[in-house]
Formats: sequence, structure tokens, C-alpha cells
Amino acid sequence: MSISKLTPSSSDSAKPKINWARVDEADNFANTVKLYRQGKYDEDSFRRFRLQHGAYGTRMTSDYAMVRVKLPAGEIYPKQFETLSRLSEQYSIGSAHFSTRENIQLHWVVLEDVSEIFRSLAEVGLTSREACGNSVRNVMCSPLSGVCSDEKFDSTPYALATAKFFLRNPMAQSLPRKFKFNFTCCEKHGMVRMVDVGLIPEIQQINGSEQKGFKIFLGGGLGNRSFIGHQLEDFTPEEDLLYTSIAVMRIFDRLGDRKNLARNRMRYLVNDMGWEKFQNLVLKERAIVRATQSVVTKLKVDTTPDKITRPLKISDESGSSVPDGYARWLKTNTMKQKQSEYYSVFITLEAGDITSNQLNSMATLIREFSSEGKARSGFVQNVALRYVHEDDLVKLYSKLLETGLAKSGGLTMTTPVGCSGTTSCNLALTNSHRLAKEIQRKFLELKLDEDEDLTDSSIKISGCPNSCAQHGIATIGFFGGGGRLGKDMYPNYQMSLGGRFDADTTLGQTCLRVPAKRVIPVILKIIEMFKENKQSGDTLKSWIHRIVNDSEDSNIKSVGDIKKVLEPIVVPPTKEDDPDFYLDYGSDTSYHTKTGKGECAA
Amino acid sequence: MCSLTEAVKVTTDIDSLRSEIRDKSVRVIDVRREGDYKQDHIPNSVNLPLATLLSDDSPERVLKLVNSLGIDDETPVVVYDDTFGALASRVAWTLEWIGHSDVTLLETTFGNWKSLGLEIDSLTPEISNKEHSMNLQSNILATSDYLESAKLRDDVILIDNRERLNYLEQHIPGAVNLPYRTLSSNDGILRPKEDMKRLFDNRGISGDSEIITYCGSVGTLSGLAYYALKSTGIPNAKLYVRSFKEWKNLEKPTDKQADANYWDLSAE
Ligand code: HEM
Ligand code: SF4
Repeated sequence: MSISKLTPSSSDSAKPKINWARVDEADNFANTVKLYRQGKYDEDSFRRFRLQHGAYGTRMTSDYAMVRVKLPAGEIYPKQFETLSRLSEQYSIGSAHFSTRENIQLHWVVLEDVSEIFRSLAEVGLTSREACGNSVRNVMCSPLSGVCSDEKFDSTPYALATAKFFLRNPMAQSLPRKFKFNFTCCEKHGMVRMVDVGLIPEIQQINGSEQKGFKIFLGGGLGNRSFIGHQLEDFTPEEDLLYTSIAVMRIFDRLGDRKNLARNRMRYLVNDMGWEKFQNLVLKERAIVRATQSVVTKLKVDTTPDKITRPLKISDESGSSVPDGYARWLKTNTMKQKQSEYYSVFITLEAGDITSNQLNSMATLIREFSSEGKARSGFVQNVALRYVHEDDLVKLYSKLLETGLAKSGGLTMTTPVGCSGTTSCNLALTNSHRLAKEIQRKFLELKLDEDEDLTDSSIKISGCPNSCAQHGIATIGFFGGGGRLGKDMYPNYQMSLGGRFDADTTLGQTCLRVPAKRVIPVILKIIEMFKENKQSGDTLKSWIHRIVNDSEDSNIKSVGDIKKVLEPIVVPPTKEDDPDFYLDYGSDTSYHTKTGKGECAA
Repeated sequence: MCSLTEAVKVTTDIDSLRSEIRDKSVRVIDVRREGDYKQDHIPNSVNLPLATLLSDDSPERVLKLVNSLGIDDETPVVVYDDTFGALASRVAWTLEWIGHSDVTLLETTFGNWKSLGLEIDSLTPEISNKEHSMNLQSNILATSDYLESAKLRDDVILIDNRERLNYLEQHIPGAVNLPYRTLSSNDGILRPKEDMKRLFDNRGISGDSEIITYCGSVGTLSGLAYYALKSTGIPNAKLYVRSFKEWKNLEKPTDKQADANYWDLSAE
């Protein structure tokens, strides 16, 4: 008999409700790769096929792919963690990466191995299908949906149903461009105005009874040019959710710019046409959809509530002493849920990276601590364990310490978002990924996570203007480029200030160019300026917002004033004086920009 | 075609080994460190720590060791370790190399054996010396000189079994990377045959080629790959037993994946 099987409750009580996978897609992919290698498939059609199945190209090589596994509504279960752990060791670099859109990515995968990954994913119900390419990308949902005290109702089932409806749906196989849905819990916790379709749950009293529905925002998005979404109407009842989604997609499909790759996201269509005209079109189209499709087409929303059962007490109660750092972590990584006695615990990662051992331990942690038996990935390259009982928090923290997942600052500015940059992306100009990690290490060392003035601010860093890290909506945002002094190049970033992604979503204002090796001193200088000039009750975020809105009357009145203070810091030294300045983070050879073919528009 | 890809038995399953131990019809070699072996091991197994073998793995020395373990040309040998089969593979390969034909790997690790609650023991069996003949199988060994010329041939595939990041950073020019972890399944040191075949087939690795494996230093990870290849019936596999460590010491050319900071994606 097996001893290991004697411990109770390690079997998963929570099972994925939806199987997203199809095994035959693995065989199909394997065969297509073979045909492609034999030259029986042309470059372009193969690329389209590959992207549709969720495999991106990789920096400077056609031998490797990045596999983007979708976590619809952000949900991820213990068995799925274990499989991803194994896959990251077998086919990737021993780590995986949580993205900003609730995907988990495996990088540097040999193209010929991608189908093996599909096969294993299928065993645990996951897919990467339509995670890239011109399709409906992963449908996101706030990691706090269901537990947020400000939400009207839990939108998770609607996010899942929407994902299910559009996945492999013929209607969504060759859109002019990618198409993104974000569901959220409330105004504060979502990113609904920065996406093609953003949805906030809403309840209206209609004839004395409560009617569920959504506030829907259309045509937002970040990128080379960013736009903020428009609210379609006061209230969209839940029966109209699908009709509205289909209507919007049909218009986009019909009118979206298929020729001009740089401007074919729906936001450009909305912008070119003008909001009112677009809005009218949507409402008309929706009437047609409703009239023609109502019988057959319905979202299958499964609102049976999840079982919440606190995992059996783990036997040893000895370690009840409170470890160092607990209070700091509790403050910067957890949130009280609307369900009394329960907390949501956010795990701090470095720019979204997680080792295969840590992936494995996440599975154990869920089983031991989450009363809902699964985890949720979030918007900032992170993952949350929810429904952790308050009495279990100390114990959980101790376990996190053992696996290197107990870093503090997860919900603060000290955990920046950094896209993959030169670590794997073809278009990257700088190593934004490493810079995000450098900032985090420095700021945790300085204990800036404990500074309440900084908690609600954010730092986001993209490796080029394409905005994958969403720098435009960061309090302090950066995107990479090359700088030059004489003939010597150095890694450089354009910095913007005052972006936000809440109810007052705005894009940051361009401030100045900051060399990579000056980014940390520049941020510290901004914090110093803020401390000198802040008013009572100010946070860095509120102070910067007054400045970008021209309503600050201290010494620093405008982004231009900030720029003036910073200018001396960013002056490039000569290469002789400071050779390190000319190296990007993580690199010991002189900096030069080098890019390959981008696939965002393929 | 393909009388070439005749299946070869490379592992012994748990049940068979248990009955072979009862019949005393097999010599079981535990390649873990002496201290670990002394604590507990599979009953009746003998200890040959990998380090002991590696301290001098000339054919003459190996022959002496083999004799002292009571192995002659006819003795079936099963090797195990607690390191996902890699150390066991290196020892098994060495036996093959000096001409022992009946050697297999235990399908699982000692750790797993133990956790299944199977019989263990701490007694060291009495062994009387035997006489093994020497029949060197040079065709399963690749030297650096051999490799250098062979890898120019179209029908030779060179496989690097180290982890992906190490490979990206530096490898022998022309090698393809198949990290050792890819070869195992959840509970076995090697994938089931059909699974393994599919993996190789996707990579274009087939019996039509001669295949040379290497890893970081002493041919352990690549030894496992050698057996993975054999398990699918690939007839012509060779181990570059001195591996990348020697290659670098000899200052032979290497390649790297340029212009990408892949290390910074790692969470380690
Ligand atoms: C012109 C080309 C591209 C554009 C305009 C673009 C745009 C974007 C935008 C705006 C986001 C933010 C997420 C959102 O919109 O909700 C995003 C996310 C992302 N993009 Fe791109 N992208 C491009 C190319 C690429 C390429 C080539 C790669 C790498 C293979 C890539 C990898 C990612 C990743 C990994 C994320 C998630 C961020 C993270 O957590 O790392 N993108 N992209
Ligand atoms: S922002 Fe640029 S560098 Fe970063 S992932 Fe997107 S395309 Fe690549």
C-alpha cells in the first residue's frame, strides 16, 4: 500500500467547469509543422495557422515559439498548475510567465514540440487556441470578481460563457485584427476602457424587480496610438450581452481595415467613424442580430455558485509563530473579501515569471489554503489565491516563504509590469523585462512597498512603443528605444506620467527620455519631489494627477517642471567615463537596436 | 523499410524485477552514493557509485569492476538510481560498451520504489568474482574527433540534452536541444514507447540517421537519451561520453543564440 495516499483531502474538490481543449488540434499542429518544414506550406499561411493556435514567433529565430495558454476569466486549477510546471521544464526554460491578460506563457519552445504541449494541456482542459492572431483573445475577468465588495454581481460566469461562445466560433476566425473582452467587478478594479469591449456588472430596478446587466464600453485600446473606450448605453440587460457582442464583432468584421495593419484594431474604426455613428450602427446591428439569431444563439451562463469549503486543517500546528515580514506582506499583498473572514492573497512575482517548482507548489497551496479550490490570474502579471481563511494567513505566509513566493509589495508600485522585451520579443528595443525586475529589487530593498503614499501608483515598462506592458495607463510609464551620443548607442526609454485605468482612465503625458541606467534614479527623484510638495492626504498618484490636469499650485506645476528637475540626471556621460551606461540590463555587449518581423498584426 | 527499428528492451518493469530478485536470476546495481546505499536499497542489489566508475572508466578498470560485482557475459543486469535514471544510464551504457549485452534500467527511481512501499533492505550481499570477457563496442561511443567529422554528415543528428537555457547560451554547432526532462513521463524514467516515438518523429529523429547525444559533463543526461533512443528501436545511437565539458576544454567551436536576453525571463 502506498503511504503517500494516506493524507486526506489532497484530491481536488474543485474541477474545471469547462474543457477548453481539443486533442485533435495537437495532431493537426504536428502535421502542419512537418508540412511546413518540408516546404509544402507557405510562410504566411503557416504563420496564420500557428498564431491561431496560440504560438508566437520568437526573437531572431524561426526555430522557437512562445506558447500562450489562455486562462479564461483567469481561472486556474491545481492539476493545471502541475501540468504547466512539468511543461515548463520539459519544453521551455524551467519557468513560465503570467501575462497582463490572464494568459500563461511558455517561451523558447522548439516549434516541433508545440504539439506535445497541446497534448498535455488537453489532458487538463486548457488550450492556447486563439490566444494570438486575429481572433477573440482570452476573455478576461477581474481577479476580484465574486469577492469584491463594490461589485453588483459576479461577472465570472458571463466571462466564461463569452469565452466559450467565441472559441472556435467560425464568426471569429478571421477578424480584421485581434479582439479583446475584459469583464470586471467594479469601476476600480478593471480595465474596461482600454479594450475593445469592456464590461462592468450593473443592476437596475425594472418594474420593481432586479435586472442584471452591464455597462459596456467599446473601442478602447492601447498601442502605438491609444484610445479610451466609449460607453454604449446606460444599461445593457444581460439578455443583450451576446447580441451586443455579436453586433460589434460583425461591424468590425465588415468595416475594419484589413489592409492597413498598423491601424486595424477596432479603436481606429471607432475613431475614424466618430463615436456617435459607430454607436448607432451597433444599436441597429444589434436589433438585426436579436431578430435573426434569438432562437439558436444563447450564452450558456452557468451561475451555479462554486462550493466554498475550507480545506481540512493541515496536521502540524506547531509553526504558529509569526514569521518576520508577515505584517509587511499582509499589508501589501492581501485584500479582505466581501465574504467575512476570507482574504484574497496576491502572489508577488517578478515581471510575471514563475519557476516550475513554484508552479508545482501553487497547486499544493491551492489545495491547502483556498476554499474555492482554484486560483485566479490578474491584470498585472500576477496570480491570486482567494478564499483564504483569515486564520490560515500566517501559515500560508510561512509556506510562501519556503517556495520563494513571499515577496511583499504585490499590490503596490514596487511590482512593475514589464513586457518580455529583448528576452524573447522580435520587436523589442530594450530589455524592459529585466528593468522591471531591477526596479522591483531596488524598491523592495528601500522598503518603498510599505510607503502608503505609493501604493496606488503603478509602473509599467514596454520594450518598444507597442504597449504590451500597457505603459500608457501607468502612473509612471516607459517604453523603450535607442539613444545615441555621437556614434555610441545606449538603451533609452520614453517616460510618461499620470496615466490611469480606473473610472477616470487617461493616458499618461510624455515627460522625457530616460536612459535605461537612469530610470531608477529618475523615479526616486520624482518620489522625492512629491514628498517635498505633497499636501495632506496626497498619494503620488493624486499629486501627479493634479499636475497633469494643470491644477497643482506648488513649486511643481506641470510635467514640464518635473522635466526640468530631471534633465540633469538624464544627460548621457561619454562611453569612456561610464561604459556601463551603454549596456542594457542583462547584457555585457555594447547596445544596438535589432528587431525582427513583428507578428502582432498577423 | 525499417527492419531497422526493431524494438529493444531498455527498461525492466517493477513487477519483473521483483520476481527476478526472488529467483536470484539477476544482478541489480545501485549507482547511488555508498552512504545512501548502506542505509537502504533494493534487496540483493550491489553498489557501484557512479563516482567510483568515473574515477577511471578505462575498459580495463571497468572490466575489473564488473568482475568484482559478480557479472559474467550471461548475467542479466538491472541498474537503478535516484536521479531520474541518468546516472543509471551512464553505468548501463558503460557495461554495454565493454560488451555486456543484457543490461537494462529499472523503469523507475529508487525514491519512487520506496514510496510505493516495495521491499527494501540494508544488507550487503556476498558476491563472488566472475570473469567477464572484453568485447569493446566502439560503435556506441563518440569521441570528440569522431564527432567533429561525423557532424558534417547529413545523416548524423547531434542532440544536446541539457536544459534549454544552457543550450541557448552555448552549444556544439549543429546540435538540436532535447532537454532530458522531455524524455521522462510522470512516473517512469522514460516515456512509454509510443509517446517517445511521437516526440522523436516530430523532431525528425529516426532510425534513418546516426544519432549522437551529449550533455554537460560526463554523459549522464545524454546516457538517458541514449536509452530513450534505443527504446524506440533506433539502432544507431552513440554517446559523446566526455560531452560538452571536454569540447570546451579542447576549445572547439561553439554556437549561441544571439541577440536575446533569455536568461532574464527565468524566474530563478
Ligand atoms: C506591433 C506589434 C504589437 C502590438 C501593437 C502589441 C500590442 C499589445 C498590447 C496593447 C498589449 C497589452 C494588452 C492589452 O491590450 O490588453 C499586448 C500584450 C502583450 N503582447 Fe503585444 N503587441 C505586439 C506584438 C507583440 C509581440 C511580437 C509579442 C511577443 C511575441 C507580444 C507579446 C505580448 C505579451 C507577452 C503581452 C502580455 C504582456 C505581458 O504580460 O508580457 N506582443 N500587446
Ligand atoms: S511592447 Fe514591444 S517589446 Fe514589449 S512585447 Fe510588445 S512588441 Fe515586444
